[in-house]
Amino acid sequence: MARKEGGSAGGDHLGREWWWDKIAQAVLFGGGISAIVFVIAIFVFVAQQGLGFALFDLDLATFFTSPQWRPTSEPEPIFGALALIVGTASITGLAMLVSVPFSIGAAIFIGEFASGRTREILKVLVELLAAIPSVVWGFIGLMVMSPLLMDVFDVPVGVSVLNAGLILGLMAAPIMTTIAEDALKAVPDGFREAAEAMGATRWQVIRQVVLPSAKNGLVAAVLLGVGRGFGETMAVLMASGHSINMPSSPLDPVRALTATIAAELGETARGSEHYRALFSIGILLFAVTFVINLLADVFVRGRRASR
Amino acid sequence: MAEAAQPAIRTRGLNLWYGDFQALFDVDLDIARGRVTSLIGPSGCGKSTLLRSVNRIVERLDYVRTSGSIEVMGHDVLAEGVALTRLRQEVGMVFQRPNPLPISIRKNVLFAHRLHHPGRRTRTGDDEVVERALREVLLWDQVKDRLSDLATGLSLEEQQKLYIARLLPVKPSVLLMDEPCSALDPEATSAVEELIWELRGDYSILIVTHNMAQARRASDECVFMLMGKVVEHSVTGDMFVTPEHTETADYIEGRYG
Repeated sequence: MARKEGGSAGGDHLGREWWWDKIAQAVLFGGGISAIVFVIAIFVFVAQQGLGFALFDLDLATFFTSPQWRPTSEPEPIFGALALIVGTASITGLAMLVSVPFSIGAAIFIGEFASGRTREILKVLVELLAAIPSVVWGFIGLMVMSPLLMDVFDVPVGVSVLNAGLILGLMAAPIMTTIAEDALKAVPDGFREAAEAMGATRWQVIRQVVLPSAKNGLVAAVLLGVGRGFGETMAVLMASGHSINMPSSPLDPVRALTATIAAELGETARGSEHYRALFSIGILLFAVTFVINLLADVFVRGRRASR
Repeated sequence: MAEAAQPAIRTRGLNLWYGDFQALFDVDLDIARGRVTSLIGPSGCGKSTLLRSVNRIVERLDYVRTSGSIEVMGHDVLAEGVALTRLRQEVGMVFQRPNPLPISIRKNVLFAHRLHHPGRRTRTGDDEVVERALREVLLWDQVKDRLSDLATGLSLEEQQKLYIARLLPVKPSVLLMDEPCSALDPEATSAVEELIWELRGDYSILIVTHNMAQARRASDECVFMLMGKVVEHSVTGDMFVTPEHTETADYIEGRYG
């Protein structure tokens, strides 16, 4: 409490500066701690609504292995989330196939090749891309991508794994680009200079020096992109077709975990089995994104520790 | 031998600008073969710029312009169509901070070698290259049992020697050193100086240094620069005993700089 001593050392009255200092400290502490409080509160809420059901009433074997999601079927509803899990996984997987090469490439260009104005403009544009609301992306999926896919592949339905994957890939690319570029920027310039002075070409410098040094940060970028894709709801709801289906090709419509919650929660009675089954899906999503973020964090830390 | 008369580095009318700022003015310099030449002068006098223009690494900054000529072993390096990778094979560079890549000692030594000799390699061939280079920089005995350790774990002195070692497998003829000892303690400094002295003869060495004593004890010739111009170039002993210019005398006696 060095500050306290400083405050009282000036005299025995507490000046305005002292009070401002205290107030600022309290406000900043509140801001800092709030993130933790909110995360815990959300976790408690979701757990309270769904955990008991998920552990005791829900047939977990059915939940993970049955593609039948029939929450309102009478007399016995079936809560099988397999089709939804496969839907989310296939969309996210495809999205990563699209966005990883794109965003790593973009990060390399922005970080290693572009300079001056080009670089600044590109960075702003990438950030702008990240700010597009997801419903707009969904709209593009529905109105632009869907007719395009119907034309190109000559299929009757354009909303599908492919559509949602492409849209989600474009959505995840900006954040991955930004984080990947940060990882590249963290590579000391001395490494590049030394490699160039040894006669390495620009590409050799990138491939043999910069990318290996930035590896952990790049993995973290990809993982955060995966987390983003997993949790995305609105765009996926609009572009995936939202029909419960085990996809056999990328052109089949599917339904995602998140979209299911968004579409059905409003129609359920609070506290009903269906309601609580949706919260079980929430717990699953929460757990998966938590693990992904944790992994990303571990990789970022790994990068720092190896310096 | 006619070749022996030809300098390792020859510059004529060399001017260099960083944007609008002119850093070098009409530099005419002959750096002798097989000797150690020190570049001395106060901060900002252009000695590092001159050093960095020889292997054209200065051009990493895209607002740099040069005029005049630089020849290395008789080849014009500023000519159009000069392959930078080839030039940098001929002219190795050691930086101020030892900056080993965060890979193993062995891979560090092989880094440049692999760049310039792509294609099939044999493990024993690589081993030979590594051993020869590390022996040449007097590092082999210290590190031979931990070649697969990270190079970043070495002491600064060892890192700087490793740095020099990884230049050698591509057989450069000129070594440029930018204050190679300024990050080292006195003991490490004398070890690296010893190494530089050892390498002299096989390589023509140009060293930028801030350290007068170092220039005096560890170089054959000295070049004194001031404000982007070469003031004096002479045999080290002569410069420190009987400097021709008053600026030189004032600088080496520590009246400024």
